[in-house]
Amino acid sequence: MTTMSSAEHTRRDFLYIATGAVGAVGAAAVAWPLVSQMNPDASTVAAGAPIEVDLAPVAEGQVIKVFWRGKPIFITHRTKKEIDDARNVTVASLPDPQSDEQRVKPGKDQWLVLVGICTHLGCIPIAHQGSYDGYFCPCHGSVYDTSGRIRSGPAPTNLPLPPYEFVSDTKIRIG
Amino acid sequence: MSGHSTYQPQGAFMKWMERRLPIVSLVHSSFVAYPTPRNLNYWWTFGGILSLMLMVQIITGIVLVMHYTPHETLAFSSIEHIMRDVNYGWLIRYLHANGAAMFFLAVYIHIFRGMYYGSYKDPREVLWILGVIIYVLMMATGFMGYVLPWGQMSFWAATVITNLFSAIPVVGETIVTWLWGGYSVGNPTLQRFFSLHYLLPFAIVGVVVLHVWALHVVGQNNPTGVEPKSEKDTVPFTPHATVKDGFMMVVFLIVYAWFVFYLPNYLGHADNYIPANPAVTPAHIVPEWYYLPFYAILRAIPDKLMGVIALFASILILAFLPWLDTSKVRSARYRPLYRQFFWIFVAVCIGLGWLGAKPAEGGYVIAARVLTFYYFAHFLIVLPLLGMFEKTRPLPNSISESVLGGQSKA
Repeated sequence: MTTMSSAEHTRRDFLYIATGAVGAVGAAAVAWPLVSQMNPDASTVAAGAPIEVDLAPVAEGQVIKVFWRGKPIFITHRTKKEIDDARNVTVASLPDPQSDEQRVKPGKDQWLVLVGICTHLGCIPIAHQGSYDGYFCPCHGSVYDTSGRIRSGPAPTNLPLPPYEFVSDTKIRIG
Repeated sequence: MSGHSTYQPQGAFMKWMERRLPIVSLVHSSFVAYPTPRNLNYWWTFGGILSLMLMVQIITGIVLVMHYTPHETLAFSSIEHIMRDVNYGWLIRYLHANGAAMFFLAVYIHIFRGMYYGSYKDPREVLWILGVIIYVLMMATGFMGYVLPWGQMSFWAATVITNLFSAIPVVGETIVTWLWGGYSVGNPTLQRFFSLHYLLPFAIVGVVVLHVWALHVVGQNNPTGVEPKSEKDTVPFTPHATVKDGFMMVVFLIVYAWFVFYLPNYLGHADNYIPANPAVTPAHIVPEWYYLPFYAILRAIPDKLMGVIALFASILILAFLPWLDTSKVRSARYRPLYRQFFWIFVAVCIGLGWLGAKPAEGGYVIAARVLTFYYFAHFLIVLPLLGMFEKTRPLPNSISESVLGGQSKA
Protein backbone atom coordinates (compact mmCIF):
# COMPACT_ATOMS: atom_id res chain seq x y z
CA MET A 1 0.00 0.00 0.00
CA THR A 2 1.27 3.39 -0.91
CA THR A 3 1.54 6.10 1.70
CA MET A 4 -1.04 8.83 1.42
CA SER A 5 0.14 12.38 1.65
CA SER A 6 -1.44 14.08 4.67
CA ALA A 7 -2.68 16.99 2.55
CA GLU A 8 -4.87 14.71 0.48
CA HIS A 9 -8.41 13.99 1.59
CA THR A 10 -9.08 10.32 1.74
CA ARG A 11 -12.20 8.24 2.17
CA ARG A 12 -10.94 7.42 5.68
CA ASP A 13 -10.90 11.13 6.55
CA PHE A 14 -14.48 11.41 5.40
CA LEU A 15 -15.55 8.36 7.40
CA TYR A 16 -13.69 9.68 10.44
CA ILE A 17 -15.51 13.03 10.36
CA ALA A 18 -18.89 11.53 9.45
CA THR A 19 -18.65 8.95 12.26
CA GLY A 20 -17.61 11.61 14.74
CA ALA A 21 -20.45 13.92 13.72
CA VAL A 22 -23.12 11.21 13.92
CA GLY A 23 -21.70 10.02 17.22
CA ALA A 24 -21.75 13.52 18.70
CA VAL A 25 -25.36 14.11 17.64
CA GLY A 26 -26.32 10.69 18.98
CA ALA A 27 -24.61 11.33 22.32
CA ALA A 28 -26.43 14.66 22.67
CA ALA A 29 -29.75 13.04 21.76
CA VAL A 30 -29.26 10.40 24.45
CA ALA A 31 -28.00 12.89 27.04
CA TRP A 32 -31.16 14.99 26.82
CA PRO A 33 -33.62 12.34 28.09
CA LEU A 34 -31.09 11.24 30.72
CA VAL A 35 -30.97 14.78 32.09
CA SER A 36 -34.65 15.50 31.60
CA GLN A 37 -35.87 12.41 33.49
CA MET A 38 -34.65 14.02 36.68
CA ASN A 39 -37.01 16.99 36.33
CA PRO A 40 -40.48 16.86 37.97
CA ASP A 41 -42.51 14.09 36.34
CA ALA A 42 -46.06 14.35 34.98
CA SER A 43 -47.68 13.23 38.23
CA THR A 44 -45.68 15.73 40.26
CA VAL A 45 -46.59 18.50 37.84
CA ALA A 46 -50.27 17.45 37.96
CA ALA A 47 -50.20 17.42 41.76
CA GLY A 48 -48.96 21.01 41.60
CA ALA A 49 -52.37 22.26 40.39
CA PRO A 50 -53.96 25.25 42.18
CA ILE A 51 -55.70 24.69 45.52
CA GLU A 52 -58.50 26.65 47.18
CA VAL A 53 -58.37 27.59 50.85
CA ASP A 54 -61.30 28.79 52.93
CA LEU A 55 -60.17 31.62 55.19
CA ALA A 56 -63.38 31.98 57.23
CA PRO A 57 -62.26 29.73 60.13
CA VAL A 58 -58.89 31.47 60.53
CA ALA A 59 -59.11 33.68 63.64
CA GLU A 60 -57.32 36.99 63.97
CA GLY A 61 -53.71 36.40 65.03
CA GLN A 62 -53.79 32.81 63.79
CA VAL A 63 -51.38 31.27 61.27
CA ILE A 64 -52.41 28.23 59.27
CA LYS A 65 -50.16 26.04 57.13
CA VAL A 66 -51.34 24.46 53.92
CA PHE A 67 -49.29 22.51 51.41
CA TRP A 68 -49.05 23.45 47.77
CA ARG A 69 -46.51 21.69 45.53
CA GLY A 70 -45.04 20.10 48.67
CA LYS A 71 -44.20 23.55 50.02
CA PRO A 72 -45.75 24.84 53.22
CA ILE A 73 -47.82 28.00 52.63
CA PHE A 74 -48.30 30.20 55.70
CA ILE A 75 -51.62 32.05 55.75
CA THR A 76 -51.58 34.65 58.51
CA HIS A 77 -54.63 36.55 59.70
CA ARG A 78 -52.72 39.58 60.97
CA THR A 79 -53.76 41.73 63.89
CA LYS A 80 -53.94 45.53 63.66
CA LYS A 81 -50.65 45.75 65.57
CA GLU A 82 -48.91 43.36 63.20
CA ILE A 83 -50.03 45.36 60.18
CA ASP A 84 -48.92 48.62 61.82
CA ASP A 85 -45.54 47.10 62.75
CA ALA A 86 -45.05 46.02 59.16
CA ARG A 87 -45.87 49.49 57.82
CA ASN A 88 -43.96 51.63 60.31
CA VAL A 89 -40.55 50.95 58.78
CA THR A 90 -38.39 52.85 56.36
CA VAL A 91 -38.62 50.59 53.34
CA ALA A 92 -35.29 51.74 51.95
CA SER A 93 -33.50 50.55 55.10
CA LEU A 94 -34.57 46.92 54.59
CA PRO A 95 -32.11 44.32 53.23
CA ASP A 96 -34.65 43.42 50.50
CA PRO A 97 -36.70 46.64 50.19
CA GLN A 98 -40.39 46.01 49.67
CA SER A 99 -43.34 47.80 51.25
CA ASP A 100 -45.97 45.85 53.13
CA GLU A 101 -48.60 47.04 50.60
CA GLN A 102 -46.68 45.25 47.85
CA ARG A 103 -46.89 42.00 49.78
CA VAL A 104 -50.67 41.81 50.31
CA LYS A 105 -53.68 42.12 48.03
CA PRO A 106 -55.33 45.60 47.99
CA GLY A 107 -57.99 45.91 50.70
CA LYS A 108 -56.92 42.59 52.24
CA ASP A 109 -54.27 43.98 54.54
CA GLN A 110 -55.01 41.41 57.24
CA TRP A 111 -54.22 38.41 55.01
CA LEU A 112 -50.55 37.62 54.52
CA VAL A 113 -49.89 34.59 52.32
CA LEU A 114 -46.27 33.38 52.23
CA VAL A 115 -44.22 30.44 51.06
CA GLY A 116 -43.07 29.26 54.50
CA ILE A 117 -39.57 28.31 53.38
CA CYS A 118 -36.57 30.22 54.59
CA THR A 119 -34.80 31.78 51.61
CA HIS A 120 -31.45 30.79 53.09
CA LEU A 121 -31.35 27.00 52.93
CA GLY A 122 -34.98 25.93 52.92
CA CYS A 123 -35.90 25.31 56.56
CA ILE A 124 -39.40 26.10 57.86
CA PRO A 125 -39.47 29.28 59.96
CA ILE A 126 -41.51 29.40 63.17
CA ALA A 127 -44.35 31.94 63.35
CA HIS A 128 -44.66 34.57 66.10
CA GLN A 129 -40.99 34.36 66.99
CA GLY A 130 -37.85 36.43 66.62
CA SER A 131 -37.18 40.03 67.54
CA TYR A 132 -39.81 41.36 65.09
CA ASP A 133 -42.47 38.90 66.28
CA GLY A 134 -42.80 37.71 62.70
CA TYR A 135 -41.05 34.51 61.68
CA PHE A 136 -37.78 33.03 62.88
CA CYS A 137 -35.77 30.31 61.18
CA PRO A 138 -34.25 27.93 63.74
CA CYS A 139 -31.62 26.56 61.38
CA HIS A 140 -29.35 29.53 60.84
CA GLY A 141 -31.08 32.33 62.69
CA SER A 142 -32.78 34.38 59.94
CA VAL A 143 -35.39 36.80 61.34
CA TYR A 144 -38.43 37.91 59.32
CA ASP A 145 -40.92 40.62 60.30
CA THR A 146 -44.73 40.54 60.31
CA SER A 147 -44.68 41.09 56.57
CA GLY A 148 -42.33 38.12 56.02
CA ARG A 149 -39.47 40.44 55.08
CA ILE A 150 -35.93 39.51 55.98
CA ARG A 151 -34.61 41.75 58.77
CA SER A 152 -31.46 39.97 59.98
CA GLY A 153 -29.56 36.72 59.48
CA PRO A 154 -28.07 34.97 56.44
CA ALA A 155 -31.22 34.73 54.28
CA PRO A 156 -30.79 36.92 51.18
CA THR A 157 -34.41 37.76 50.35
CA ASN A 158 -37.90 38.14 51.81
CA LEU A 159 -40.14 35.10 52.18
CA PRO A 160 -41.61 34.67 48.69
CA LEU A 161 -45.30 35.13 47.94
CA PRO A 162 -47.00 32.26 46.14
CA PRO A 163 -49.20 33.17 43.19
CA TYR A 164 -52.73 33.50 44.63
CA GLU A 165 -55.98 35.42 44.22
CA PHE A 166 -59.18 35.99 46.17
CA VAL A 167 -62.04 34.07 44.57
CA SER A 168 -64.45 35.42 47.20
CA ASP A 169 -64.15 37.51 50.33
CA THR A 170 -63.09 34.54 52.42
CA LYS A 171 -61.58 32.17 49.91
CA ILE A 172 -58.28 32.19 48.03
CA ARG A 173 -56.89 30.08 45.22
CA ILE A 174 -53.18 29.35 45.42
CA GLY A 175 -51.37 28.52 42.21
CA MET B 1 9.45 0.99 41.97
CA SER B 2 10.38 -2.58 41.35
CA GLY B 3 10.33 -5.24 43.99
CA HIS B 4 13.22 -6.75 45.92
CA SER B 5 12.55 -10.00 44.15
CA THR B 6 10.54 -10.92 41.13
CA TYR B 7 7.88 -13.53 41.33
CA GLN B 8 8.79 -16.97 39.99
CA PRO B 9 5.73 -19.11 39.33
CA GLN B 10 6.02 -22.58 40.84
CA GLY B 11 4.29 -25.58 39.37
CA ALA B 12 2.81 -26.26 35.99
CA PHE B 13 -0.57 -24.56 36.55
CA MET B 14 0.93 -21.36 37.94
CA LYS B 15 3.33 -21.17 35.01
CA TRP B 16 0.44 -21.78 32.61
CA MET B 17 -1.57 -19.04 34.31
CA GLU B 18 1.33 -16.59 34.44
CA ARG B 19 1.69 -16.68 30.66
CA ARG B 20 -2.04 -15.93 30.22
CA LEU B 21 -2.97 -13.60 33.11
CA PRO B 22 -0.07 -12.51 35.31
CA ILE B 23 -2.35 -11.56 38.20
CA VAL B 24 -0.42 -13.51 40.84
CA SER B 25 2.81 -11.76 39.98
CA LEU B 26 0.99 -8.41 40.03
CA VAL B 27 -0.27 -9.09 43.56
CA HIS B 28 3.15 -10.42 44.55
CA SER B 29 5.02 -7.35 43.36
CA SER B 30 2.40 -4.97 44.80
CA PHE B 31 1.74 -6.50 48.20
CA VAL B 32 4.50 -8.97 48.96
CA ALA B 33 7.82 -7.92 47.47
CA TYR B 34 6.85 -4.24 47.18
CA PRO B 35 9.62 -2.26 48.90
CA THR B 36 8.31 -0.10 51.70
CA PRO B 37 10.45 2.44 53.58
CA ARG B 38 11.85 0.79 56.69
CA ASN B 39 10.96 3.72 58.96
CA LEU B 40 7.17 3.87 58.41
CA ASN B 41 5.31 4.51 61.67
CA TYR B 42 1.77 3.59 62.67
CA TRP B 43 0.31 6.71 61.02
CA TRP B 44 1.04 4.93 57.72
CA THR B 45 -1.40 2.11 58.51
CA PHE B 46 -4.56 4.14 57.84
CA GLY B 47 -4.51 3.53 54.09
CA GLY B 48 -5.01 -0.16 54.75
CA ILE B 49 -7.63 0.59 57.41
CA LEU B 50 -9.52 2.76 54.90
CA SER B 51 -9.54 -0.06 52.33
CA LEU B 52 -10.91 -2.35 55.01
CA MET B 53 -13.63 0.15 55.99
CA LEU B 54 -14.64 0.61 52.35
CA MET B 55 -15.15 -3.14 52.09
CA VAL B 56 -17.09 -3.22 55.39
CA GLN B 57 -19.39 -0.44 54.15
CA ILE B 58 -20.00 -2.11 50.79
CA ILE B 59 -20.75 -5.52 52.34
CA THR B 60 -23.04 -4.22 55.09
CA GLY B 61 -24.67 -1.84 52.60
CA ILE B 62 -25.48 -4.60 50.12
CA VAL B 63 -27.05 -6.60 52.96
CA LEU B 64 -29.12 -3.61 54.14
CA VAL B 65 -30.50 -3.09 50.63
CA MET B 66 -31.96 -6.59 50.82
CA HIS B 67 -34.31 -5.30 53.54
CA TYR B 68 -34.67 -1.58 52.89
CA THR B 69 -37.38 0.08 50.80
CA PRO B 70 -36.56 3.42 49.16
CA HIS B 71 -39.99 5.05 49.25
CA GLU B 72 -41.18 8.06 51.19
CA THR B 73 -44.00 6.14 52.88
CA LEU B 74 -42.00 2.96 53.55
CA ALA B 75 -38.37 3.95 54.08
CA PHE B 76 -38.66 4.85 57.75
CA SER B 77 -40.66 1.75 58.67
CA SER B 78 -38.32 -0.47 56.66
CA ILE B 79 -35.44 0.82 58.81
CA GLU B 80 -37.43 -0.09 61.93
CA HIS B 81 -38.13 -3.45 60.29
CA ILE B 82 -34.39 -3.95 59.90
CA MET B 83 -33.82 -2.95 63.53
CA ARG B 84 -36.56 -5.13 65.04
CA ASP B 85 -37.44 -8.01 62.71
CA VAL B 86 -34.49 -8.89 60.48
CA ASN B 87 -32.09 -11.39 62.03
CA TYR B 88 -29.08 -9.38 63.22
CA GLY B 89 -30.50 -6.44 61.28
CA TRP B 90 -29.69 -4.15 64.22
CA LEU B 91 -26.07 -5.27 64.08
CA ILE B 92 -25.70 -4.78 60.34
CA ARG B 93 -27.32 -1.35 60.44
CA TYR B 94 -25.22 -0.21 63.39
CA LEU B 95 -22.10 -1.53 61.64
CA HIS B 96 -23.00 0.50 58.56
CA ALA B 97 -23.96 3.72 60.37
CA ASN B 98 -20.99 3.68 62.75
CA GLY B 99 -18.79 2.35 59.96
CA ALA B 100 -19.37 5.61 58.09
CA ALA B 101 -18.18 7.58 61.12
CA MET B 102 -15.12 5.34 61.56
CA PHE B 103 -14.39 5.65 57.83
CA PHE B 104 -14.29 9.43 58.19
CA LEU B 105 -12.22 9.23 61.37
CA ALA B 106 -9.66 7.14 59.49
CA VAL B 107 -9.67 9.42 56.44
CA TYR B 108 -9.07 12.50 58.60
CA ILE B 109 -6.08 10.83 60.29
CA HIS B 110 -4.86 9.76 56.85
CA ILE B 111 -5.19 13.33 55.46
CA PHE B 112 -3.50 14.96 58.47
CA ARG B 113 -0.67 12.42 58.28
CA GLY B 114 -0.17 13.41 54.64
CA MET B 115 -0.09 17.07 55.67
CA TYR B 116 2.36 16.53 58.54
CA TYR B 117 4.87 14.59 56.50
CA GLY B 118 4.40 16.56 53.26
CA SER B 119 3.21 13.51 51.38
CA TYR B 120 1.51 15.69 48.74
CA LYS B 121 4.75 17.15 47.40
CA ASP B 122 6.52 16.41 44.15
CA PRO B 123 6.19 13.69 42.80
CA ARG B 124 3.02 12.76 44.74
CA GLU B 125 0.68 15.58 43.59
CA VAL B 126 -1.56 13.32 41.51
CA LEU B 127 -1.65 10.75 44.29
CA TRP B 128 -2.80 13.51 46.67
CA ILE B 129 -5.44 14.91 44.26
CA LEU B 130 -6.87 11.42 43.75
CA GLY B 131 -7.16 11.27 47.52
CA VAL B 132 -9.05 14.58 47.57
CA ILE B 133 -11.42 13.19 44.91
CA ILE B 134 -12.01 10.10 47.05
CA TYR B 135 -12.75 12.34 50.03
CA VAL B 136 -15.28 14.42 48.06
CA LEU B 137 -16.96 11.22 46.83
CA MET B 138 -17.05 9.96 50.42
CA MET B 139 -18.78 13.14 51.54
CA ALA B 140 -21.40 12.85 48.81
CA THR B 141 -21.96 9.17 49.57
CA GLY B 142 -22.20 9.73 53.31
CA PHE B 143 -24.67 12.57 52.86
CA MET B 144 -26.95 10.59 50.56
CA GLY B 145 -26.80 7.57 52.85
CA TYR B 146 -27.85 9.74 55.77
CA VAL B 147 -30.99 10.75 53.84
CA LEU B 148 -32.17 7.17 53.28
CA PRO B 149 -33.75 6.44 56.73
CA TRP B 150 -36.11 9.36 55.95
CA GLY B 151 -36.22 10.64 59.49
CA GLN B 152 -36.41 14.30 60.42
CA MET B 153 -32.65 14.82 60.22
CA SER B 154 -32.52 12.94 56.92
CA PHE B 155 -35.23 15.08 55.38
CA TRP B 156 -33.86 18.40 56.57
CA ALA B 157 -30.26 17.49 55.72
CA ALA B 158 -31.46 16.78 52.19
CA THR B 159 -33.32 20.09 52.11
CA VAL B 160 -30.46 22.22 53.43
CA ILE B 161 -27.71 20.61 51.36
CA THR B 162 -29.65 20.64 48.07
CA ASN B 163 -30.56 24.27 48.78
CA LEU B 164 -26.85 25.11 48.74
CA PHE B 165 -27.21 25.02 44.96
CA SER B 166 -30.02 27.60 45.07
CA ALA B 167 -27.30 30.14 45.88
CA ILE B 168 -26.09 29.92 42.25
CA PRO B 169 -27.26 33.11 40.50
CA VAL B 170 -30.01 32.86 37.84
CA VAL B 171 -30.13 29.07 37.35
CA GLY B 172 -30.00 28.08 41.04
CA GLU B 173 -33.73 27.39 41.49
CA THR B 174 -33.90 25.41 38.24
CA ILE B 175 -30.97 23.26 39.32
CA VAL B 176 -32.53 22.59 42.73
CA THR B 177 -35.87 21.56 41.17
CA TRP B 178 -33.93 19.25 38.86
CA LEU B 179 -32.03 17.74 41.79
CA TRP B 180 -35.27 17.18 43.72
CA GLY B 181 -37.39 15.92 40.82
CA GLY B 182 -40.19 18.02 42.29
CA TYR B 183 -40.96 21.33 43.92
CA SER B 184 -39.59 20.18 47.27
CA VAL B 185 -37.60 17.25 48.67
CA GLY B 186 -39.83 14.22 48.19
CA ASN B 187 -40.06 10.68 46.93
CA PRO B 188 -38.18 11.28 43.64
CA THR B 189 -35.33 12.79 45.69
CA LEU B 190 -35.20 9.78 48.01
CA GLN B 191 -35.16 7.32 45.13
CA ARG B 192 -32.36 9.02 43.21
CA PHE B 193 -30.30 9.41 46.37
CA PHE B 194 -30.72 5.70 46.99
CA SER B 195 -29.56 4.88 43.46
CA LEU B 196 -26.51 7.14 43.78
CA HIS B 197 -25.71 5.97 47.29
CA TYR B 198 -25.44 2.46 45.88
CA LEU B 199 -23.37 3.60 42.90
CA LEU B 200 -20.82 5.97 44.44
CA PRO B 201 -19.00 3.45 46.68
CA PHE B 202 -18.06 1.55 43.54
CA ALA B 203 -16.85 4.80 41.99
CA ILE B 204 -14.76 5.21 45.15
CA VAL B 205 -13.33 1.72 44.63
CA GLY B 206 -12.34 2.79 41.12
CA VAL B 207 -10.55 5.93 42.33
CA VAL B 208 -8.92 3.94 45.15
CA VAL B 209 -7.42 1.65 42.50
CA LEU B 210 -5.99 4.74 40.77
CA HIS B 211 -4.79 6.06 44.15
CA VAL B 212 -2.95 2.81 44.92
CA TRP B 213 -1.62 2.66 41.38
CA ALA B 214 -0.23 6.20 41.67
CA LEU B 215 1.20 5.28 45.06
CA HIS B 216 3.00 2.30 43.61
CA VAL B 217 4.44 4.40 40.80
CA VAL B 218 5.96 7.10 43.02
CA GLY B 219 6.46 4.99 46.14
CA GLN B 220 5.48 5.76 49.69
CA ASN B 221 6.62 8.85 51.50
CA ASN B 222 8.11 8.22 54.95
CA PRO B 223 8.61 10.10 58.23
CA THR B 224 11.90 11.65 57.09
CA GLY B 225 10.51 12.76 53.74
CA VAL B 226 13.78 11.58 52.17
CA GLU B 227 13.32 9.23 49.22
CA PRO B 228 14.71 5.70 49.63
CA LYS B 229 18.15 5.59 48.00
CA SER B 230 19.31 2.03 48.42
CA GLU B 231 18.11 -1.45 49.33
CA LYS B 232 19.04 -0.66 52.92
CA ASP B 233 16.31 1.99 53.10
CA THR B 234 13.45 -0.37 52.36
CA VAL B 235 12.00 -3.64 53.56
CA PRO B 236 9.60 -5.96 51.69
CA PHE B 237 5.88 -5.19 52.20
CA THR B 238 5.34 -8.74 53.47
CA PRO B 239 5.84 -9.43 56.30
CA HIS B 240 6.81 -5.97 57.58
CA ALA B 241 3.94 -3.78 56.39
CA THR B 242 1.32 -6.53 56.33
CA VAL B 243 1.75 -7.31 60.00
CA LYS B 244 1.90 -3.64 60.96
CA ASP B 245 -1.23 -2.84 58.94
CA GLY B 246 -2.95 -5.93 60.25
CA PHE B 247 -2.18 -5.09 63.86
CA MET B 248 -3.57 -1.56 63.52
CA MET B 249 -6.65 -2.85 61.69
CA VAL B 250 -7.44 -5.02 64.70
CA VAL B 251 -6.92 -2.12 67.11
CA PHE B 252 -9.14 0.06 64.93
CA LEU B 253 -11.81 -2.63 64.73
CA ILE B 254 -11.86 -2.85 68.54
CA VAL B 255 -12.67 0.87 68.77
CA TYR B 256 -15.26 0.43 66.00
CA ALA B 257 -16.85 -2.53 67.79
CA TRP B 258 -16.95 -0.52 71.01
CA PHE B 259 -19.12 2.08 69.28
CA VAL B 260 -21.28 -0.54 67.55
CA PHE B 261 -22.01 -2.53 70.70
CA TYR B 262 -21.90 0.06 73.48
CA LEU B 263 -22.60 3.49 71.93
CA PRO B 264 -24.41 2.72 68.65
CA ASN B 265 -26.39 5.97 68.64
CA TYR B 266 -23.81 8.20 70.29
CA LEU B 267 -22.71 9.78 67.00
CA GLY B 268 -26.24 10.08 65.61
CA HIS B 269 -29.13 12.39 66.39
CA ALA B 270 -32.27 11.40 68.28
CA ASP B 271 -34.36 13.51 65.87
CA ASN B 272 -33.66 11.01 63.11
CA TYR B 273 -35.90 8.50 64.91
CA ILE B 274 -38.83 10.84 64.13
CA PRO B 275 -40.31 10.21 60.67
CA ALA B 276 -39.69 12.97 58.11
CA ASN B 277 -42.16 15.83 58.42
CA PRO B 278 -42.01 18.51 55.72
CA ALA B 279 -44.04 20.91 57.88
CA VAL B 280 -41.64 21.15 60.83
CA THR B 281 -37.90 21.76 60.88
CA PRO B 282 -36.21 20.41 64.04
CA ALA B 283 -35.19 23.25 66.31
CA HIS B 284 -31.50 22.46 66.12
CA ILE B 285 -30.31 20.84 62.93
CA VAL B 286 -26.67 19.89 62.61
CA PRO B 287 -24.92 17.54 60.23
CA GLU B 288 -23.00 14.44 61.27
CA TRP B 289 -19.80 15.24 63.16
CA TYR B 290 -17.56 14.66 60.16
CA TYR B 291 -19.11 17.56 58.24
CA LEU B 292 -19.21 20.01 61.16
CA PRO B 293 -16.08 22.08 60.31
CA PHE B 294 -17.46 22.82 56.85
CA TYR B 295 -20.89 23.57 58.26
CA ALA B 296 -19.28 26.09 60.62
CA ILE B 297 -17.57 27.75 57.64
CA LEU B 298 -20.90 27.93 55.77
CA ARG B 299 -22.61 29.61 58.72
CA ALA B 300 -19.71 31.93 59.50
CA ILE B 301 -20.23 33.95 56.31
CA PRO B 302 -23.22 36.30 56.59
CA ASP B 303 -23.96 36.15 52.85
CA LYS B 304 -25.70 33.14 51.31
CA LEU B 305 -23.75 32.85 48.06
CA MET B 306 -20.42 33.66 49.69
CA GLY B 307 -21.12 31.14 52.45
CA VAL B 308 -21.70 28.40 49.90
CA ILE B 309 -18.60 29.40 47.94
CA ALA B 310 -16.53 29.34 51.15
CA LEU B 311 -17.88 25.89 52.00
CA PHE B 312 -16.89 24.41 48.65
CA ALA B 313 -13.62 26.35 48.54
CA SER B 314 -12.61 24.99 51.95
CA ILE B 315 -12.70 21.47 50.50
CA LEU B 316 -11.35 22.19 47.03
CA ILE B 317 -8.39 24.17 48.37
CA LEU B 318 -6.95 20.83 49.50
CA ALA B 319 -6.38 19.90 45.85
CA PHE B 320 -4.07 22.89 45.46
CA LEU B 321 -2.01 22.10 48.55
CA PRO B 322 0.96 20.69 46.57
CA TRP B 323 1.50 24.12 45.00
CA LEU B 324 0.50 26.29 47.97
CA ASP B 325 3.19 24.74 50.16
CA THR B 326 6.36 26.19 48.70
CA SER B 327 8.84 24.44 51.01
CA LYS B 328 11.20 21.92 49.43
CA VAL B 329 11.42 19.96 52.67
CA ARG B 330 8.63 17.42 53.04
CA SER B 331 8.53 16.23 56.61
CA ALA B 332 7.47 18.48 59.50
CA ARG B 333 10.25 16.77 61.48
CA TYR B 334 12.73 19.06 59.78
CA ARG B 335 10.44 22.09 59.64
CA PRO B 336 10.30 23.56 63.19
CA LEU B 337 7.89 26.38 62.30
CA TYR B 338 5.63 24.34 60.03
CA ARG B 339 5.28 21.76 62.77
CA GLN B 340 3.78 24.39 65.08
CA PHE B 341 1.50 25.79 62.38
CA PHE B 342 0.39 22.25 61.55
CA TRP B 343 -0.84 21.68 65.09
CA ILE B 344 -2.51 25.10 65.14
CA PHE B 345 -4.28 24.08 61.92
CA VAL B 346 -5.43 20.80 63.48
CA ALA B 347 -6.74 22.75 66.50
CA VAL B 348 -8.54 25.19 64.17
CA CYS B 349 -10.24 22.32 62.32
CA ILE B 350 -11.36 20.76 65.61
CA GLY B 351 -12.48 24.19 66.84
CA LEU B 352 -14.53 24.71 63.68
CA GLY B 353 -16.07 21.28 64.23
CA TRP B 354 -17.02 22.22 67.77
CA LEU B 355 -18.52 25.53 66.59
CA GLY B 356 -20.45 23.76 63.83
CA ALA B 357 -22.38 21.90 66.49
CA LYS B 358 -23.24 25.09 68.40
CA PRO B 359 -26.15 27.41 67.56
CA ALA B 360 -25.27 30.15 65.07
CA GLU B 361 -25.50 33.11 67.42
CA GLY B 362 -23.45 35.64 69.37
CA GLY B 363 -19.89 34.70 70.27
CA TYR B 364 -20.04 31.41 68.39
CA VAL B 365 -20.47 33.25 65.07
CA ILE B 366 -17.56 35.59 65.82
CA ALA B 367 -15.34 32.66 66.80
CA ALA B 368 -16.37 30.77 63.64
CA ARG B 369 -15.42 33.81 61.54
CA VAL B 370 -11.99 34.04 63.14
CA LEU B 371 -11.32 30.33 62.66
CA THR B 372 -12.68 30.36 59.10
CA PHE B 373 -10.28 33.18 58.29
CA TYR B 374 -7.42 31.20 59.82
CA TYR B 375 -8.40 28.04 57.94
CA PHE B 376 -7.96 29.81 54.61
CA ALA B 377 -4.97 31.84 55.84
CA HIS B 378 -3.16 28.58 56.64
CA PHE B 379 -3.29 27.59 52.97
CA LEU B 380 -3.07 30.98 51.31
CA ILE B 381 -0.71 32.92 53.58
CA VAL B 382 1.11 30.68 56.07
CA LEU B 383 2.16 27.85 53.75
CA PRO B 384 3.42 29.99 50.83
CA LEU B 385 5.40 32.26 53.18
CA LEU B 386 6.83 29.50 55.38
CA GLY B 387 8.52 27.95 52.38
CA MET B 388 10.38 31.21 51.81
CA PHE B 389 11.32 32.20 55.34
CA GLU B 390 11.52 29.02 57.39
CA LYS B 391 14.98 27.77 58.37
CA THR B 392 14.70 24.02 58.09
CA ARG B 393 16.80 21.49 59.96
CA PRO B 394 19.38 19.45 58.03
CA LEU B 395 17.94 16.35 56.40
CA PRO B 396 19.50 12.93 56.98
CA ASN B 397 21.44 11.55 54.04
CA SER B 398 19.21 8.52 53.88
CA ILE B 399 16.42 6.71 55.69
CA SER B 400 18.81 4.09 57.02
CA GLU B 401 21.11 6.77 58.41
CA SER B 402 18.22 8.41 60.26
CA VAL B 403 17.00 5.07 61.63
CA LEU B 404 20.29 3.32 62.37
CA GLY B 405 22.48 6.33 63.07
CA GLY B 406 26.21 5.50 62.87
CA GLN B 407 25.60 1.84 62.07
CA SER B 408 24.55 2.61 58.52
CA LYS B 409 28.05 3.76 57.70
CA ALA B 410 29.43 0.36 58.55
